[in-house]
Amino acid sequence: MRPYLIAIAIVALSPLPAQSHEFRGNVAVEYRQFFEDASYDDQFNNNVSLSAQPEYFHQWDNGDQLIAFTPYVRIDQHDEERTHFDIRELTWLGVYHFGELRLGIRKVFWGVTESQHLVDIVNQTDLVENLDGEDKLGQPMINAALIQDWGTVDLFVLPGFRERTFAGKHGRPRNQFVVDKDLTEYESSEEQQHIDFAARYFHYIGAWEFGISHFNGTSRDPNLSPTINAQGEIVLKPFYPLINQTSLDVQAIISNWLLKLEAISRGGQDKDYGRYAAATGGFEYTIVGIFQSIADLGIISEYLYDERGGDADPGTFMASPFQNDLMLGARLAFNDVQSTEVLAGLIVDLDHGDRFYNLEAERRLGDAWKLSLEARIFTHIHPANPLYDIRKDDYAQLNVEWFF
Amino acid sequence: MKKQLLLACLALLPLNALAQTPEEKGLAIAVEADKRNTGWKDQSADLTMILKNRHGQSTERAIRTKSMEVENDGDKSMSIFDSPRDVQGTAFLSFTHATTADDQWLYLPALKRVKRIASNNKSGPFMGSEFAYEDLSSQEVEKFTYKWLRDEQYEGKDAFVIERIPTYEYSGYTKQIAWIDKDIYQPLKIEFYDRKDSLLKTLTSHEYKQYLDKYWRASRMEMVNHQTNKSTTLRWSNYKFSNGFTDRDFDRNSLKRVR
Repeated sequence: MRPYLIAIAIVALSPLPAQSHEFRGNVAVEYRQFFEDASYDDQFNNNVSLSAQPEYFHQWDNGDQLIAFTPYVRIDQHDEERTHFDIRELTWLGVYHFGELRLGIRKVFWGVTESQHLVDIVNQTDLVENLDGEDKLGQPMINAALIQDWGTVDLFVLPGFRERTFAGKHGRPRNQFVVDKDLTEYESSEEQQHIDFAARYFHYIGAWEFGISHFNGTSRDPNLSPTINAQGEIVLKPFYPLINQTSLDVQAIISNWLLKLEAISRGGQDKDYGRYAAATGGFEYTIVGIFQSIADLGIISEYLYDERGGDADPGTFMASPFQNDLMLGARLAFNDVQSTEVLAGLIVDLDHGDRFYNLEAERRLGDAWKLSLEARIFTHIHPANPLYDIRKDDYAQLNVEWFF
Repeated sequence: MKKQLLLACLALLPLNALAQTPEEKGLAIAVEADKRNTGWKDQSADLTMILKNRHGQSTERAIRTKSMEVENDGDKSMSIFDSPRDVQGTAFLSFTHATTADDQWLYLPALKRVKRIASNNKSGPFMGSEFAYEDLSSQEVEKFTYKWLRDEQYEGKDAFVIERIPTYEYSGYTKQIAWIDKDIYQPLKIEFYDRKDSLLKTLTSHEYKQYLDKYWRASRMEMVNHQTNKSTTLRWSNYKFSNGFTDRDFDRNSLKRVR
């Protein structure tokens, strides 16, 4: 409930906007087609979904103060869990000579790599939106940013924990057993009321950018263990432990090379294993004006590592599928009027040869429409891989967005 | 004796000026243009970009721009996109440097991510237009070597014609030929030559207006690509100076709060 209290406080505290109300947003239709018959009962081979994300904001004080409100809603044909509402953003922001103060629900992104986002920890993943985990739930926060010549220090107080969203019984892709959020447990006795803290130092020197971050609080990643619920069904019970995570992200631009590294050390997630390290590192090499055209081609490769390897707590379903994996990809930016872009990638497990193919393409239509195509394919998935349950969930998806 | 020597030296001075090499004269013109365009502190303006394909079909982009002078270095600038609507709120931050590569970042509002742009992308097109990033970056004297070619009239105006060769890495051009208005020291026309040294684009600037009784700004620019027959028109309006911008308006965080 706390997020909503903060929300109300912001609305109550903000002066009545005198001018420059701005209202915009988008509405989208998504069609998803699965290539194989579903692995589990109650699932479907195709799905239609609608979403809307309006955005209101107001700036005053010469742009030095701002309020923004971005609700989000999705209505899904089959998955009752994917049909959901969230406040992505309801925030006040003030600019001062020392930096910025922000109060409310926001989304913060940390990190540099393409294949996975280890360092990004402030917001909970809105997993029902997309398997890639890039969609996030709004996180209530008090945040001060000190912006100095020697870098930016961001301090966060994060009240109000958000649970990860999971596909329901009719959802696809999903694990064999459905996650039952009625059974959710926390390590902290304060449960969702536990206040988390985070701090980040970010700076750039010439071609180098780097961030050092620390998080202390309830993990955004639940450990899932099979259990039997009150209805006598086998379900997965989420457990959110208290963790400490220290991380580093570095990016360097050296001529055509973009070098990237994200590394974390996390304690508390896996009580049996103890503290562990994980990292993603690699490069993107850009060929500007390929084949004498105005298009740019980026060649991407990243190595994904998780120290736990196959040793992760066998009771947990959320151990990383990317413990010793290689990502290879290409990004083609046409640089045309329609901003056409294609990103194709493959992640190969170097231990077992499991393969995860990914294709994303987008193009603007006219002035207010955007068409996106996405395909994800899983092959050679080893039974020990956390992706094993979704091995038959290859799909292609078409998304049409209208912006207003 | 000393007095006579001094007089003799003074007498030689104008001769010296006449003996300027074409390179020195070209540089002197660039330095004078830079001097005349120094001291504006900060400015904001609205930009409409009209992209035309070879069939004459056009698309519009609306962009707000603000920039600030930085002492002993290139300008800081920010461009915010209002249309097309799918990129509304996208912001581009650029720190131009005189001698080293520019620092550039792009903020993608849908992802809430700030992306660093590789400087080798300088020659790439800006938002699908005929303008490359480097064409829109601030014109620092050190970015080129110069050579005065001749004086001639261009559309009824007296102009210097100078050749400038980019000194920075990753330029898409071997050279540029610029027609500089002798009255206001602003370019009337610039020809861009590609890496094969053939004419790629021509930029013409129109309807110069003076602001703060000193600084000249074009109200319209036309870039024509001779190899693709595509063109881009820039219409500048609402020039405002003395906005009181500070570094805070041009830091990486400010990208995330522009709307």
